[in-house]
Amino acid sequence: MAISRRVFGALVGLMLAGQAVAEDWQAVTDAARGQTVFWHAWGGDPRINDFIAAVGAKAQARYGVTLEHVKLAATADAVARVLAEREAGRTSGGAVDLIWINGENFAAMKAQGLLHGPFATDLPNWPLVDVAGKPATVTDFTLPTEGFESPWAMAQLVFEYDSARLTAPPADLAGLKAFMLANPGRFTYPQPPDYLGVTFLKQVLYGVMADPGLLQAPVDDAVYLAATPPLWAFLDEIHPALWRQARAFPANEPALGQLFADAEIDIAFAFNPGRASAEIAAGTLPDTVRTFVLAGGTIGNASFVAIPFNAAHRAGAMVVANLLLDPAVQARAQDPAVLGFQTVLDVAALPAEAKARFDALALGVATLAPADLGPALLEPHASWVTRVADDWVRRYGLAP
Amino acid sequence: MTATGGLLRQVPRLTMGLLAVPVLAGTAGTLLPAFGVAGLVPGGPGLTAFHALWDWPGLAGAVWLSLVTGVASTVLALAISLGLVASLIGRRGFAGVQRLLSPLLSVPHAAAALGLAFLIAPSGWIARALSPWATGWTQPPDLLILNDPGGLALTFGLVAKETPFLLLMILAALPQTDAARRLTVAASLGYGRLAGFALTVLPALYAQVRLPVYAVLAYAMTSVEMALILGPSLPPSLSVQVTRWAMEPSLTGRGTAAAGALVQLALVAGVLGVWRAAETVVVRALRRAAASGRRGAGLDRIGQPVALACGLVPALALCAGLAGLAVWSVAGLWPFPDALPAGITWQTWTRAAPGLAQAAGTTLGLAVVSTAVALALVLAWLEAEHRFGPDSQTGAMWLLYLPLIVPQVAFLPGLQMLALSSGAAVGWGAVAAAHLIFVLPYVFLSLAAPYRAWDGRIAVLGAALGAGQGRVFWQLRLPMMLAPVLTAVAVGVAVSVGQYLPTLLIGGGRVETLTTEAVALSSGGNRRVIGAYALMQMALPACGFGLALALPRLIFANRRGVGAG
Repeated sequence: MAISRRVFGALVGLMLAGQAVAEDWQAVTDAARGQTVFWHAWGGDPRINDFIAAVGAKAQARYGVTLEHVKLAATADAVARVLAEREAGRTSGGAVDLIWINGENFAAMKAQGLLHGPFATDLPNWPLVDVAGKPATVTDFTLPTEGFESPWAMAQLVFEYDSARLTAPPADLAGLKAFMLANPGRFTYPQPPDYLGVTFLKQVLYGVMADPGLLQAPVDDAVYLAATPPLWAFLDEIHPALWRQARAFPANEPALGQLFADAEIDIAFAFNPGRASAEIAAGTLPDTVRTFVLAGGTIGNASFVAIPFNAAHRAGAMVVANLLLDPAVQARAQDPAVLGFQTVLDVAALPAEAKARFDALALGVATLAPADLGPALLEPHASWVTRVADDWVRRYGLAP
Repeated sequence: MTATGGLLRQVPRLTMGLLAVPVLAGTAGTLLPAFGVAGLVPGGPGLTAFHALWDWPGLAGAVWLSLVTGVASTVLALAISLGLVASLIGRRGFAGVQRLLSPLLSVPHAAAALGLAFLIAPSGWIARALSPWATGWTQPPDLLILNDPGGLALTFGLVAKETPFLLLMILAALPQTDAARRLTVAASLGYGRLAGFALTVLPALYAQVRLPVYAVLAYAMTSVEMALILGPSLPPSLSVQVTRWAMEPSLTGRGTAAAGALVQLALVAGVLGVWRAAETVVVRALRRAAASGRRGAGLDRIGQPVALACGLVPALALCAGLAGLAVWSVAGLWPFPDALPAGITWQTWTRAAPGLAQAAGTTLGLAVVSTAVALALVLAWLEAEHRFGPDSQTGAMWLLYLPLIVPQVAFLPGLQMLALSSGAAVGWGAVAAAHLIFVLPYVFLSLAAPYRAWDGRIAVLGAALGAGQGRVFWQLRLPMMLAPVLTAVAVGVAVSVGQYLPTLLIGGGRVETLTTEAVALSSGGNRRVIGAYALMQMALPACGFGLALALPRLIFANRRGVGAG
C-alpha cells in the first residue's frame, strides 16, 4: 500500500528530529512515573466513565501513571477552578491536570492564557492523527488549536429514528421540515444556548444560507443581518408543529435522548454516530432504531484534552494525552460495544497490526458506514454561536 | 467563674468569628463581580453586569416565577404539615409517621424531581399504567404537564419535598409545647380538634418552627435542581438562569450571574419581610377568633379529611416516583406504554458497585465530622446563651443564614478564593470545613427554638438538689433534648450528604462522594443510574435516622416523655 505523502513527510520529519524527540519524551515519561493525574471530564455517561477507567488501567500498567477521573456535571466547573486558582495567584500545583474540552470552553481558556502549551504536536503519537482528512482535529470551532489541546475523539451530528415507527426518514433539511409539519409534536431540539440545540440551529443555517462559507469568518453585522432571516423564518414555521408547540424544550442532549426513548418524539439527534448502536447494545433502545444524515453533510467536530497552565502533574497529563492517541485505545473507543466514538487517527496509514484492530470492529447495527456518513461540515466561528444563541433567547425565550 | 465557663462564654463570639470570615468572603465573591470589580466582567468596574441582567427579556417572568412557586409551595407545605399534626396528634400510628418521614428527608432533590417527572409525564408511569387499555394512547400524548409555564409541576414537587422536612421540625418542637394537655383543655371547653390546635398549640409551636419555615421559603425560592427538572424554561426561574450564566463557557457571564444573585438575595429578603408582616396579621386573626368564642367543631368534619388527603397525595407521589426510579435501576428495555420493563438487568448496579463503597465511606465521614462539629458549636452556643444571657453577637446571627439564601454558584467562587489564598490544601479537611458552613445554620435552626423553650424550672430544681450547671446540662437538659438533637443531626447529615458544588470546588476534585458521583451522572439524565444512586443516597442517612429514632426509645425506655415523638 502506498504511503500517503503527508505521512511520508511526517516520517522524514520524525527521522530527522526523532532522536531529540525520543530523548525529550523519555524525560517526560520518567517524570510522569508515579504521578497521579486528575482528569476533569464530564461524568454523565457510565460508558464513558468505564472507558476512562480502562485508559487509567493502561496508563498505570505501561507508564506507572495513576489516572483519577474527576467526574463533572459541566466542563465549566473545571474552568472555574483553574480561573479561581489564577486569580488567587496559584501559578503552580493546580488541582486540574487534564480537561476534556472543546469549542467555547477552549476558546475562553486559550484567550485567558489558562492553558499550557503547545504540547500536542510534541506527542509521539501525534503523527498518526489524520490532520488532513479530519481538519477538525486542529481547528476547534474555526480556532486553530496550535498544539494547546490534543484530539481524542471525532463527533458528527446524526439523526436517530425508530424504523418500527417511521419507515422512510427525511433525506434533507426540507424533508425534515416536511416531516415536522406533517407530524405535529413529534420533533424538538434542546433549548439554546445548550450546545446541541445551537448545533441544530447551525445545521439549519448551513441548509438555508446562500453562502455557508461566511460562517467560517467572525460574524459581521451586515453579513449576519443578511444571512439569518431564513433561519428565523424556518423556526417560525416549524415551532407551532414542535413537541409541546415549542412551549417547552428539553434541556440538553440526554434529555432529548430520553424523550426519544420514551417515544415522545420520533426523530432525535446526537453528536455521536455510534450512540444509537451503543444504546441498543446496552439494551436501552429497541434494536429497530437506525440513524440518518442530511444530504449535504452534518456538523462535525472533535473532542480534545488540554492541560491547564498550572497543572501539578504536567508530565503525567502529557502521557495520558499521548496514550489516548494510541491506536489500541482509539480502536477501543470506536468499538460500538464500548463508546462508538469515531477515531481521530488516519486508519489507512496505520501499521498493518494497528489497522487490523479497526478493520475487525463491527460497525454496530444502527451506525452508518463512513461512506454513508457524508461530509462533516466545519463548526462555524464561535462568534456566530454567541450571536445566534442570544437572538434565539430574544425571539423565543419567553413562552408564547 | 471557672475556666470552662470562661471558654463557654466565648463560644458564640468564637463561632461567629469562625464563620463570619468564609461567609463574608463568599458574599464578597458575589458582590465584587456584580459591580465589575473582580471576575472577567467586560468593561471593568461599573453597572455593566446589571445592564446585562436588565437586558435579559426573561427577567420579570423569572422573578415572578421564583416568587409564586416559592411562596405557594411554602404556604401549602406549612398548611399540610400543620393540618396533619393537628389531625393526627395523640392518635395511634402518629409515631410511625415520623419514622416514615426521615428517610424522605435525605432523598436528593434532583432524584425526587426526576421521580415525580417520570410519574406524571405524558410518557410517565401513570400514563403507562392506563395505556393503551383505558386511554387508547399507543404513543404519549403531546400534553404540557411538566415544565408548565405557571410552575404548577414545580410547586407540587417542592411541596412533596419540603413537607417531610417541616413535619419533622414540627414533631421535634412539639414536646416543648405541652400540646396534649393544651388540646385536652381546649377539647373540654368544646373546641374542635383543628380549632383547638390553632388557638392553643399553634402560637407556641410556630414560634419554634419559624426559622425552619424561613429556611423552606428561602430554599423554595432558590432551588436549582427541582426547578431545572420540573419548572418551565421559557423563561426559567431566576436561580436556574443565574446558574446558567455562571456556567457560561465564555467565562463572561459571571458578572451577570452575580448581579442576578444579588437580585435574588433582595427578593428573598423582601419576601421574608412580607412573610413576617403576614405573621402578625394571622396572629390578629387568631386572637379575634379566640375572642369570638366560636368553637369551630364543625371544621373538623371537612378539615381533617382534607388535611389527610393533601398530605397523602404528595407523599404517595414522592414514594411512587422513587419506586419508579428504583425499577428503572434494574430495567432493561422499557418502552412506552409498558407498565413494567421488558427485562430485568443488574448491569447498572454492578457497573456502579466498585466506586460505591469508597464514595459512601467518604460521604459518611464528611457528614459525621461536619455535623458533629456543628452540633458541638450550636449546643455550646445555646448553653452559653442560657447561662450568661444573649451575647451582643446574637444580633449578627443573620450572617450565619446568608449561605442558605445566596445562590451557591454565586457564593462559592468567593469561598474558593478564600480557601486558595489561605493556602489551604485541597482535600478532605477543607471540604469538611466548607460543609460546616452549610450544615451549621440548619443545625442551629433545627435546635435553637426547642432548646430555648425548655422549661427552666427543671434546672432550678436540679440546682436545689445540688447539681452544678455542668451536671444539669449533661444529665437533665441534654437527655430531655435528645429528640430535637437527633433531628438536628438527621438534618445536618442530610445537608452534608447533599453538597455537590462545595465538595467539588473546594476539594479540587480530590474528594469523591456519592453526591459528586450522582450529580455528575444525573447530568446525563440516565434514569437507571440516577435510580441506583438515589437509593444509595437515601439508604445512607436513612440508616442514621433509623438509629436516631430508635436510640431514645432504647436509652430512655425507663423514662416517660423523653424520646422521639
